Amino acid sequence: MQLYLPIADLPVNVFLILAMGAAVGFVSGMFGIGGGFLMTPLLIFVGIAPAVAVATVASHIAASSFSGALSYWRKRAIDPMLALVLLCGGMAGTVLGVWTFTRLRSLGQLDLLIALSYVVLLSGVGGAMFWEGLRAIQRSKHGQVVPLRRSGAHGWIHGLPLKVRFKRSKIYLSAIPVVAIGLIIGFIGAIMGIGGGFILVPMLIYLLRIPTSTVIGTSMLLTLVTMTFATVLHAATNHLVDVVLALILMTGGVTGAQFGARAGQRIRGEHLRLLLGLLILAVGIRFAVELGIRPADLYTVRETTGGT
Amino acid sequence: MRTRAICLATGLALLLGVTFIAGDARAEHLIVSVSNHRVTVTPNYSGEELVLFGSIERERDTPVPRSGYDLVVTVSGPRVDMVTRRKERWFGIWVNADSRQFLNVPAYLAIFANRPLDKIATPDILRRQQLGLNNVLLTQRVGPDYADVVASDPFRRAFIRLRTDLGLYQENTSAVTFLTPTLFRTGIPLPAEVPTGTYTVGIKLLADGALIAKTETAFEIVKVGFEQFVATTARQHGLLYGVATACMGLMAGWMASIVFRRD
Repeated sequence: MQLYLPIADLPVNVFLILAMGAAVGFVSGMFGIGGGFLMTPLLIFVGIAPAVAVATVASHIAASSFSGALSYWRKRAIDPMLALVLLCGGMAGTVLGVWTFTRLRSLGQLDLLIALSYVVLLSGVGGAMFWEGLRAIQRSKHGQVVPLRRSGAHGWIHGLPLKVRFKRSKIYLSAIPVVAIGLIIGFIGAIMGIGGGFILVPMLIYLLRIPTSTVIGTSMLLTLVTMTFATVLHAATNHLVDVVLALILMTGGVTGAQFGARAGQRIRGEHLRLLLGLLILAVGIRFAVELGIRPADLYTVRETTGGT
Repeated sequence: MRTRAICLATGLALLLGVTFIAGDARAEHLIVSVSNHRVTVTPNYSGEELVLFGSIERERDTPVPRSGYDLVVTVSGPRVDMVTRRKERWFGIWVNADSRQFLNVPAYLAIFANRPLDKIATPDILRRQQLGLNNVLLTQRVGPDYADVVASDPFRRAFIRLRTDLGLYQENTSAVTFLTPTLFRTGIPLPAEVPTGTYTVGIKLLADGALIAKTETAFEIVKVGFEQFVATTARQHGLLYGVATACMGLMAGWMASIVFRRD
């Protein structure tokens, strides 16, 4: 069934988009991530303009992270104080991201930036995750037990001033790195159309040593607020959020996520990380190849104004 | 604006020329009609074809030209500004480097004729009458200058090629068919991505390589229904639209957490 997308300005097959939403939802439910880094590229590959894809996926992530955040809230797995401090940076980062997005769009370099950020970020994070997962599997084969946290190994981050007590996470930490991380996530989230959970969670665990019990829930809350905010900002400044597309994605996404979550519980942690790393790496490489090979058409045409 | 003024001026001049010619020797004039003056684009619109019918009316003693009549139909959509960008290799990756702005060019442009344009008239006449994709005026801004460039300009050619790929620009020199020596028809295909607005249809009648009559008609393409409402709202009330979309997202998330709740 063909449906016309009012903002993306092209007809699409509803079932194709629904299936994409469900597939990404499945993966995101399985790994406990927002799935923006898969959704945005898929939409771009289908032919939707990168700018519209980024802006629309923001609303889709808001939806999926809200249902996630709600269930973590009920389990009391969200640290409100930590979320608040992260959000201070996150909101500022989102504003900065949307502003950069608008500037680059008028310069005609937005698509390049989106592609480049995907290559750098996804190859880096995916590669690291893949490598880490591979080593973890090898270690478990040899029967070694790895301590997840070395006690007393506090880095320079833990020596910074402005310390705040995060009660639910049972941690006493400077607010500066927390705000900085929020800022980075908000910024790249707004530009790339990703929630940033897959970067935020490792950052919080490995850099700030926040216990895993509150990390995922808190990161979902941050994703929820920054992405809701990004949706509103993208709609208000660039008029690029396609509500019809968003609705189809959400419907597929939230349904797929439920089945994914069940599937994820049956797979072992290291394998899950290995798979996720591989997936992220694959998307990154796909973008890199796209940039490197000579495009089929060197020219592009875009409408700049409504004319007279 | 400037292009418009020029168009208007040429149009007026041609009109005067036509009446002069008609009064002088020839007495043909055109009567045309499109099958639908108002095309509505609904959410499941997937392209449509309009039909243009027409007849060449002659005075009783006017002879049919030996080579027969030739017709060129030019359909042009609403005017928009567009930018064409060219990618170049830069440190191993392909980036947008050079660009040209096309000002006030038709978003849709279709040219139909009954036989190849080069057989209808000389290149000079074709250029003066703007017949064919290579001869239509497409104003570019190159730095501070406003001008149309030669048909072989790479940016102009790429622009026309890309619009043609979308089905929004086309030239078909066998689309006009004569049902009788004076009765003709042509189809006007409108693809799914057709832009909304007012479309003008210019019909030019030629014989023996010279313009002998012309007329103009128009139709309108409007988008109706929910999707048009959405597009308008998104443009005019961006903030409200964004808040509404965000709320919809939150609602969807909330519903999902209720429907699939397991704890």
